[in-house]
Amino acid sequence: MSVASRTRIARGVLLSASILFVLVIVDAAVAQPFGINRGAQPPEIGGFAGWILAKQAEFYRMLSGLVRAAKADGRAAYTLLGVSFLYGVFHAAGPGHGKAVISSYLVANDETWRRGIVLSFASAILQAMTAIAVVGVAAALLGATAKAMGNTVRVIEIVSYALILLIGLRLFWVKGRAFLQSLGLKERAHAHDHAHEHAHDHHHHHHDHDHDHGASAWSHGHAPEPSELAGAHWLRRGLTAIIAVGLRPCSGAIIVLVFALAQGLFWIGVASTFVMGLGTAITVAAIATLAVGARGLAGRLAKAKPGVGVIVLRGLETAAALVIVVFGAALLTGYLASERLMGV
Amino acid sequence: MTALLRILLIALLGLASGSLAQAHPHVWVTMQTELVYAPDGSITGIRHAWSFDDMFSTFATQGMESKEKGKFTREELAPLAKVNVESLKEYGYFTFATADGTKAELTDPASGYWLDYKDEVLTLNFVLPFKTPVKAKELKIEIYDPTIFVDFSFAKEKPVQLAGAPQCKLDVMLPREMTFAEGKALSQIPADQKNTTMAWGAQFASKILVHCP
Repeated sequence: MSVASRTRIARGVLLSASILFVLVIVDAAVAQPFGINRGAQPPEIGGFAGWILAKQAEFYRMLSGLVRAAKADGRAAYTLLGVSFLYGVFHAAGPGHGKAVISSYLVANDETWRRGIVLSFASAILQAMTAIAVVGVAAALLGATAKAMGNTVRVIEIVSYALILLIGLRLFWVKGRAFLQSLGLKERAHAHDHAHEHAHDHHHHHHDHDHDHGASAWSHGHAPEPSELAGAHWLRRGLTAIIAVGLRPCSGAIIVLVFALAQGLFWIGVASTFVMGLGTAITVAAIATLAVGARGLAGRLAKAKPGVGVIVLRGLETAAALVIVVFGAALLTGYLASERLMGV
Repeated sequence: MTALLRILLIALLGLASGSLAQAHPHVWVTMQTELVYAPDGSITGIRHAWSFDDMFSTFATQGMESKEKGKFTREELAPLAKVNVESLKEYGYFTFATADGTKAELTDPASGYWLDYKDEVLTLNFVLPFKTPVKAKELKIEIYDPTIFVDFSFAKEKPVQLAGAPQCKLDVMLPREMTFAEGKALSQIPADQKNTTMAWGAQFASKILVHCP
């Protein structure tokens, strides 16, 4: 075995180890803050996260005053819509609006940023519509209590979380296999020798064997190509993600809608909910675009490092799929409470 | 290669941490708290009066039957009070007591709790008894929601009172000082809002300190 090929294998092993390490970090990060020890000091929240929390709390608290004001003076409704929008923008930075799921989904599937934006907006609009449907039907038409609404939301939540878990598992299965195959390629290099020599000899006359094989792994790959999931049917596939994320209504929107209903201004509440959704969609889309950008950059760098590069990409996709699995499972088991409607 | 790894790390940690940002308040509570002492100078319980914000109060009373529209009697609110108190158990009533540095156990409220509805605001009244009455030189009581779904702040008037411990000194620590920018933002909030403290809770628990000789 040449020195060059040995370092190559060493690098591959190092890389796989790093990916595993990242997964462990992610797992620990997911686990820790939610295994809250009730008696202990709460975790520090400061800086940017604290600022976002303060802002959204500020906007949220303005909503009730503005709904009341809109009752007396119609023009206050415009201010209400403006504040609802800002609340949405800041609120989506918190949990419960599928940033992680949508971003991971896009990374795992190698989707484009345009598709990411479509998915973000579609899920946010669906989320607004579920909140309106729950309050409109349960509270406005049936006169249901807060408890009954809470129970309805809980059922919707379970369906939504189960869908997230299923999407994650499916992606993890597909991407995980591709990742293992990309790792396996290294070891099977000699067995595949002939086929690849035939296929690529004329393209890569001046390259050594190892590099040659790496290049073929990149372009032909024994693993399923990302296009399998991100092809023409991306929207139909994405629909599951939209439903999984958008099904669960936002507690804040429900409370605002009920409050508006009690003030006899249900339609203003509906408008406010849609504008809120628009705000959350913008934040989620921005974060999703960042994730897609990072994925794209990783892809370009990987192309410059054939062989190892494909392992990194498949590893990244597998890890992204695993993030969805972890989220789905944590949400479903109640380990990670995204939002709750307390004591009603 | 290091560049690749860095991107991978950032992308994944970004995904994880982005969604790890804690929850955010959807319920605001304005508290009035009374510390109840026995004649021998030991504390026996914590009497809370928690007023919820108007939006949550409206939400919680949605669809509830009442004789007079827009008004609820204690009796009409009794089932809701029961649900409130029972679901607070899971969160340790958000109240954490420490006597001379060791945790003091609180037990579930006795049946004498109730909800009031006044000025479109619900107020939950309940007493948290200590498992065993404690005598402490330094008693610390913290009230917060670690998940910051509920925001707690003391009322401006009579935030904390001592019932029957004339020899003790009381200190109420508000969550924290407000920054100039927050103060400015606050001044723009309509005056009809009752609890305007924007403290995002957990980090800056509302604290009560009692020093006894």
